[in-house]
Amino acid sequence: MEVLDLVLFEPVRGILDAPLFFVEVLIGGLMSGVMYALVALGFVLIFKASGVFNFAQGSMVLFAALFFVGFMDAGVPMWLAFLLTLAVMVVLAFAVERMVLRPLVNQPAITLFMATIGITFFLDGLGQAIWGSDVRRLDVGIPEDPIIVADIFINQFDLFAAVICGTLVAVLALFFQYTPTGRALRAVADDHQAAMSVGIPLSTVWTIVWVVAGIVGLVAGIMWGAKLGVQFNLSLIALKALPALILGGLTSVPGAIVGGLVIGAGEKVAEVFWGEVLGGAIEDWFAYVLAMVFLLIRPEGLFGEKIIERV
Amino acid sequence: MMDRRTGLALMAGVVAAGLVARAAPAQENVQFIPSLVYRTGPYGPNGEPFANGVADYYNLINERDGGINGIRIVFEECDTQYNNDKGVECYERLKNKGPTGAAVFSPLSTGITYALIERATADRIPIFSMGYGRSDAAYGRVFPYIFNPPANYWSQATSIIKYVAEQEGGLDKLKGKKIALVYHDSAYGKEPIPTLQKLEGMYGFKLSLHPVAHPGLEQKATWLKIGRRVRPDWVLMWGWGVMNSTAIKEAAAVGFPMERFIGNWWSGSENDVKPAGDAAIGYKSANFHGAGADWPVHKDILEYVYDKGLGAGKRERVGEVLYNRGVTNAMIVVEAIRKAQEIHGVKPLTGEQIRDGFENLDLTEARLKELGMEGFMLPLKLSCADHEGGGPVYIQQWDGQKWNKISDWYHPMRDVVWPMIEESALKYAKEKGITPRECPQG
Repeated sequence: MEVLDLVLFEPVRGILDAPLFFVEVLIGGLMSGVMYALVALGFVLIFKASGVFNFAQGSMVLFAALFFVGFMDAGVPMWLAFLLTLAVMVVLAFAVERMVLRPLVNQPAITLFMATIGITFFLDGLGQAIWGSDVRRLDVGIPEDPIIVADIFINQFDLFAAVICGTLVAVLALFFQYTPTGRALRAVADDHQAAMSVGIPLSTVWTIVWVVAGIVGLVAGIMWGAKLGVQFNLSLIALKALPALILGGLTSVPGAIVGGLVIGAGEKVAEVFWGEVLGGAIEDWFAYVLAMVFLLIRPEGLFGEKIIERV
Repeated sequence: MMDRRTGLALMAGVVAAGLVARAAPAQENVQFIPSLVYRTGPYGPNGEPFANGVADYYNLINERDGGINGIRIVFEECDTQYNNDKGVECYERLKNKGPTGAAVFSPLSTGITYALIERATADRIPIFSMGYGRSDAAYGRVFPYIFNPPANYWSQATSIIKYVAEQEGGLDKLKGKKIALVYHDSAYGKEPIPTLQKLEGMYGFKLSLHPVAHPGLEQKATWLKIGRRVRPDWVLMWGWGVMNSTAIKEAAAVGFPMERFIGNWWSGSENDVKPAGDAAIGYKSANFHGAGADWPVHKDILEYVYDKGLGAGKRERVGEVLYNRGVTNAMIVVEAIRKAQEIHGVKPLTGEQIRDGFENLDLTEARLKELGMEGFMLPLKLSCADHEGGGPVYIQQWDGQKWNKISDWYHPMRDVVWPMIEESALKYAKEKGITPRECPQG
């Protein structure tokens, strides 16, 4: 009974005793969730259009950030560095389509997944071979001082990240919904063969989706790079996005956002109020536990498409 | 198209050439020193400058002096990625190389050090865990092959608390103060906890513990708790890699004053503060050697190594904190080998013979001056019983451009730490069935 009180009721009493602090933690968690969602978006885009779980998304974030900061350190203005890196990501998308995806058309999903693992190692190595493994500071002019609203601390950097993420999602939603290319992407996502039969070129669609995922990776790389410094660890943030993906569903852009928010808020609240009872440093594994609990209820994730297989 | 016979002949040739190449060093008059490094992986940015410092110093000894009393150093790196399994693999791969086997291993990882203690002891190869690793390994009677000078984590914790006490007006003024420890949730990060808890009991401050999961990319929850709920008077940090810069940024985000935030010596390099930008100004950390490239040893490294195109890293990074730590590590290894040569003769030596060099190491002020490192660190003396030396630390502060020494040297509270070391080491000996050896010094 004492253990039950310690694990269940004591943390809840902590929340009730300090409701403002709880709100502060919740907001902080939601802001972190936005950053996870930024990474999760890249996974969703590629999975949605090609059925490939792109293990290399985290490495694409690092790769893009390395080029961006590398160009900036060489004295290139920020806007030009952005465009140049964008060009690099476009070249990468073409290379991936031509050298990895095209030879593997009609292969099982697991083969494509394994191929993306190979891409991960290649990108990690190539990026660091070109730019080195030093930690590089990335200053894109986003203020980082906290602001206090009703005695609640809010990090300005996180607010900016939320706005950028929101904008990115809106643009992606419009792109998918209202442009011919977006419709082609959705068609390919629904059925490769049917899409090809009506004249949608699969290779072009795959290239486009890898380009879009590269752009999302670049934005995520800039935001995470500005937060942590550009370094190898950026590739590991994919691990923070996975629970958000599991929870939101692999095929839903809004799902990635909601998943990120739920995971971010959940893990922060758990760490602050339950961390001490459970030994501390619980937020990483707690995120996965939370995602798994959701999976028990909705195996396809919150917004994922229900897969109905007819026998 | 190559036929099968030609292919086989070529393969045989390659294998034979490989064997000759491997056998070649065994015929030479060289001392083989393995180098466990991590230039890749999550902690690569920190491992690299350290590895560069080590490599540059060994090259300096070869290029300027022709080796250690004429015995050239041959060293080989093995990348562990700060991973215990890979560390053990590297150890096994390198331990028998060279004419007399590995001279000494420096794992640059507390986890790998723990994993190698029994193996290295059985193989009679010293493990030199400079300022990291198992703290009670300072007790030479139980750990004959493990050395952790100039100070272990327990000693460092007491030195930092002495600094904090001085800022507060004395040890008696610590009563009622709140001190938070933010630590890497690993064997390394947990090392200072017993000492800090002991000091908490002695001086009446209140210690709170805040683990951060590897690699430490997200610490918002930890810092909201510290900055908005615990509200400590001081925060100490036992971090490594990206955890450090993230902690500094998050501390700034909750408005915690940098002047009251002190990292240990693995949380006080340029890599820890530069990514955090202006937020890091005022941040403090412990250190046991100099920062910067203002010593004669650096001048020699630039002249004999970099000017000849032999530098391991970038010229402008010579003198960074972790680079200097690599130099310090290599210098102590070389001096231990030199001392071992005094005892066993000038020739390639075995690990067991080099252990004797470590146990008789006496780095006096005069010797440090000869090495071009006067004032770089304080003198160090080891013995059969004391494998640590109880070295002092100072506090440095980041001003946005460079680290500045802002305090005097603080000697550890040996009266507190040594009984803890002895108790823990004897407990380990009992568990492992080790009979503590006799040492002349007691």
